[in-house]
Amino acid sequence: MGGKPLTAMNIVTFPVCRLDAEVLLAILSGGQQKIAEAGAVMVGGHTIDDDEPKYGLSVTGTVHPSKILTNAGAQIGDALILTKAIGTGVLYTALRMDLFADGVAAAAQSMAQLNKYAAEVMEKYTVHACTDITGFGLLGHAYEMSSASGVEMQIDSGEVPLLPDAAAAATMGLVPAGAYANREYLKMISFDSSVTVNIQDLLFDPQTSGGLLISLPSEQADSIVQAMKSAGAAATTCIGRVVKKGKGQINVK
Amino acid sequence: MSNEKEQNNTILDCRGLACPQPVILTKKALDQLPESLTVIVDNAAAKENVAKFATAGGYGVSIEETGGLYQVRLLAGTNVGRATASMTATELSATDERPVFLISKDTLGQGSDTLGAILIKSFFVSLLETNPLPKTIMLINSGVYLAVQESPVLSAMQELSGRGVNILVCGTCLDYFELKEKLAVGSVTNMYSILSELTGSRRAITL
Repeated sequence: MGGKPLTAMNIVTFPVCRLDAEVLLAILSGGQQKIAEAGAVMVGGHTIDDDEPKYGLSVTGTVHPSKILTNAGAQIGDALILTKAIGTGVLYTALRMDLFADGVAAAAQSMAQLNKYAAEVMEKYTVHACTDITGFGLLGHAYEMSSASGVEMQIDSGEVPLLPDAAAAATMGLVPAGAYANREYLKMISFDSSVTVNIQDLLFDPQTSGGLLISLPSEQADSIVQAMKSAGAAATTCIGRVVKKGKGQINVK
Repeated sequence: MSNEKEQNNTILDCRGLACPQPVILTKKALDQLPESLTVIVDNAAAKENVAKFATAGGYGVSIEETGGLYQVRLLAGTNVGRATASMTATELSATDERPVFLISKDTLGQGSDTLGAILIKSFFVSLLETNPLPKTIMLINSGVYLAVQESPVLSAMQELSGRGVNILVCGTCLDYFELKEKLAVGSVTNMYSILSELTGSRRAITL
């Protein structure tokens, strides 16, 4: 974390015979727009015929050695800030079942939002540790941060921003296999009995293009939340804190 | 995947399929409104998702595990959500075979309360295995202790709630015992709602 992107290469798999070329065009031009927005340059790519469309980017950038942000610096007393709502995995399942159209639209909008602006806001604060929330879910990436930092965290599930319809979709069992795999791996996380199963599922839900999880001194929490909101990261919330030294234990209440 | 009819029970074979495929196929199968549906899955995630989906739709769910395979049986007889919009509330409750429980103590039975505390735990563990599950569990007097954070049967209560059982807790009783802050499962209710549940049910059981 903390770097600036320079170049990006497309990596695409696509069912050439089954889907219209217009679909591929839409994917590539959407990617192109986001690369330009991020301030990088598109320098080509690779395409392979496959049963299911997949799209990704290989990005190269630079970072000043003294400005690299890792997930290993969280300190006792820090506040934990999350910059996007969670639930994209569950809502992607809902999309495949033609359910929860409002939530699906909100998830798409959230995923299309770059973390660039949140990253720029971060530069003005004393950020101790930072990571982005992706396939291991909020708790998976929080655990990586807490164990790498040698601390124990408390997360207040009632404060964690959820995408619209995500809680209802999780109650209906639209939970991706990855969320169960994350839960299975993250057995060291303890839940207060008041945290319902659907909320637990969302905390383990794999995210696509999730937000940033930031650990910084608690006295800067209110200020960074306001600054993030002004910069367009409207869901930004303080979701918990670093409690004490430890081996990565997380308590969710 | 095969989809075959055996008597009135439709079987949906989802072996080898990862989430969310089994739950998508379950939705398609339930759209045909079968009397009952047995979904066969081979992983715990799919089992949980299919059970959650069916419960949210008002189906009764029972699960049997044999050699790494799960047979998730969904019963439409308990399915309120599936009833047509034209049915009145009375018709709905008249066709609902699910029992309603009124529990008025935090122990089970008369005599020894020590024994009663053991029996109530065993009662709730067994209740989880019943089919259909209760429609509603109502807690009054010291029964409200079963729904607070220190409840000896909290996990069973939460599982029941998660599987669609409506848990109603007497508000006056919570106030009396000063337990309102500690309520961990279910929703607060009043005597009118409790009476409506009792008189509207064909299978009301008082403990």
